[in-house]
Amino acid sequence: MRRVAGIAVPLVLLALLALVPLIGLDIPVVFNGPLDSPGTLGLLALCLVFAGVALTYDLLFGFTGLLSFGHALYFALGVYLMTIALTKWEWGLLPALGIVAIAGILVPLVLGAVSLRVGGIAFAMVTLAFAQAGQVLVQKNPDGLTGGEEGVGLNSDALPDFFVGVLQAKNLYWLALGYAALVFLVVRSAVSSSPGHVWQAIRENERRVEVIGLRPFGFKLLAFVLASFLATLGGVVWLLVLGTGATPTVTTANFTLTLLVMVVIGGAGTRYGALLGGFLYTLADQRLGSLSGSSQVRDLPAVLEKPLSEPLFILGTLFILLVFFIPGGIAGFGQRLRVLRRAAS
Amino acid sequence: MSTFILLTVTGLGLGAMYFLIASGLSLIYGLMGVLNFAHGAFLTVGAYVTWWTGTHVGGGPGIKLLVGALAGLAVGAILAALVELVLIRPLYQRHIEQVLVTVGLALALGALVEAIWGFDARPFPVPAWLVDTTTIFGARIPNDRFLEIGVALAVLLALTAFLRYTRYGLIIRAGVENRAMVTALGIDVRKAFTLVFALGGTAAALAGVLSGVYFGAVDPGRGTSLLIFAFIVVVIGGFGSIGGTAIAAVIVGLIQQYANYYASSGLGDLAVVLLLALVLLARPGGLAPKVAH
Repeated sequence: MRRVAGIAVPLVLLALLALVPLIGLDIPVVFNGPLDSPGTLGLLALCLVFAGVALTYDLLFGFTGLLSFGHALYFALGVYLMTIALTKWEWGLLPALGIVAIAGILVPLVLGAVSLRVGGIAFAMVTLAFAQAGQVLVQKNPDGLTGGEEGVGLNSDALPDFFVGVLQAKNLYWLALGYAALVFLVVRSAVSSSPGHVWQAIRENERRVEVIGLRPFGFKLLAFVLASFLATLGGVVWLLVLGTGATPTVTTANFTLTLLVMVVIGGAGTRYGALLGGFLYTLADQRLGSLSGSSQVRDLPAVLEKPLSEPLFILGTLFILLVFFIPGGIAGFGQRLRVLRRAAS
Repeated sequence: MSTFILLTVTGLGLGAMYFLIASGLSLIYGLMGVLNFAHGAFLTVGAYVTWWTGTHVGGGPGIKLLVGALAGLAVGAILAALVELVLIRPLYQRHIEQVLVTVGLALALGALVEAIWGFDARPFPVPAWLVDTTTIFGARIPNDRFLEIGVALAVLLALTAFLRYTRYGLIIRAGVENRAMVTALGIDVRKAFTLVFALGGTAAALAGVLSGVYFGAVDPGRGTSLLIFAFIVVVIGGFGSIGGTAIAAVIVGLIQQYANYYASSGLGDLAVVLLLALVLLARPGGLAPKVAH
């Protein structure tokens, strides 16, 4: 029974989500237009991309216990390399995807092998340093490739027509949904495979894994490369969904921190939690931006008005409260409710 | 030759700031296992309080800077101690949660500073004699570099003396080495936690003041940009070692300056990350072993 549900629930969910562009339903407050309007579909596609990317981060942080502060680097690798290959080198779609795929494996393999020489918090610092190096490289604009502060615009001529333009919002939505589903599938099968069991054992107690006779290094590197590769892929999908080009914001440490916030909001170490966290965070981020500037906030006294008009202040404070009061995120909250209900009955 | 001397002194000045930030980070990490992401925010807040106090007291820029710096250091110390008491202590021994809380705090404090004082850089009160240059072997060196190096040296000496010759220093050193044993001997290490946080906050605020003098202004992103290099210094120096941190800070500051000038601008940051990778490959534990001396 559990097995059937384990396959049926995601399939039904996927089918429902795939039907969304065909429904003209109007959901006030949450969305500006009906579900099948290009604006709403674009927003939903963005939410789905980040749901997937958050899950790749959860593979590292939630399932293997590796606190990386450099995950943005691999997302940015996908975004920048794809844009540069298409626009600056004028490659076709397939060769561009090929080089992104190769880089998406080689770069995390090398950087992961170095950073995994240290564990725990030191690993966090080292990944942060590598991501910082990536950011500096992009800012430096070598050979005019990365465009520095301004980024690079995407040359959409090389893309197939069904991915270009506002009218193709449906296709882009399905692309994003496909990406999220792919990440879900890969993470699900990876976590339940035998390396996946070792990952979770490493998260619980790395010393004990060593005592059993396994070398954690190789397993951690595998998780690192897999998560980074999927994030690189996420960068490509993000690029296609937005369709504008690469911007340096995706290289910043703050971008990695938002991924961390998504995972913690949803519940680290749970697949649905990370997906939900990424989805809801992006939705809130896009829609709350208008709240900060809204008249209700502007009418408050200055002591309250100034901090509340800073989205990062709200976010940081919420994050602290979350860590203190809802340690398992949304997923953990649900589980605890279930336990409470069972105890009551 | 004169360029080389100028680069060296400037690199040492930069290293001095890295040391001030990294020493607090390193002690906090060594003693409590907490990676404090909010440390950059302590720096930013310290620098802004210095600037703000400076605009509210009369007198020349020297007085403004001195009074402002005192206020900035006090606020840095109080803020850091409060953070330890209110946010870190309840999550004792839960290291990941502690890191997450400091991440949230870094975001919130950074945004708060932006909300109160805006995005634009604020000019710092810098006395004329600090802007003047001294000629050494033909190199015209701005005097503020000597201030930075001198202050960092004084802090290094004071910290070393404090750790070596006082009772609290003894507890901190013992705690870095083996916290469980110190607790088992009936000593309340938690007081040392608050103390170390307050010391770290003061040093970070001091780095904020000096960075204001160095750059001539203070902006909201200052703490974050310096913090990343301080992290690198902490890793290279070996966690919990003041001496290792000082050496690493000097190396990082110098390499950054040399690479920026002799190779190409912006390459200094990359060279530092490369150095980090090399140190990790050769000695994963950093330059110095984990002992606070």
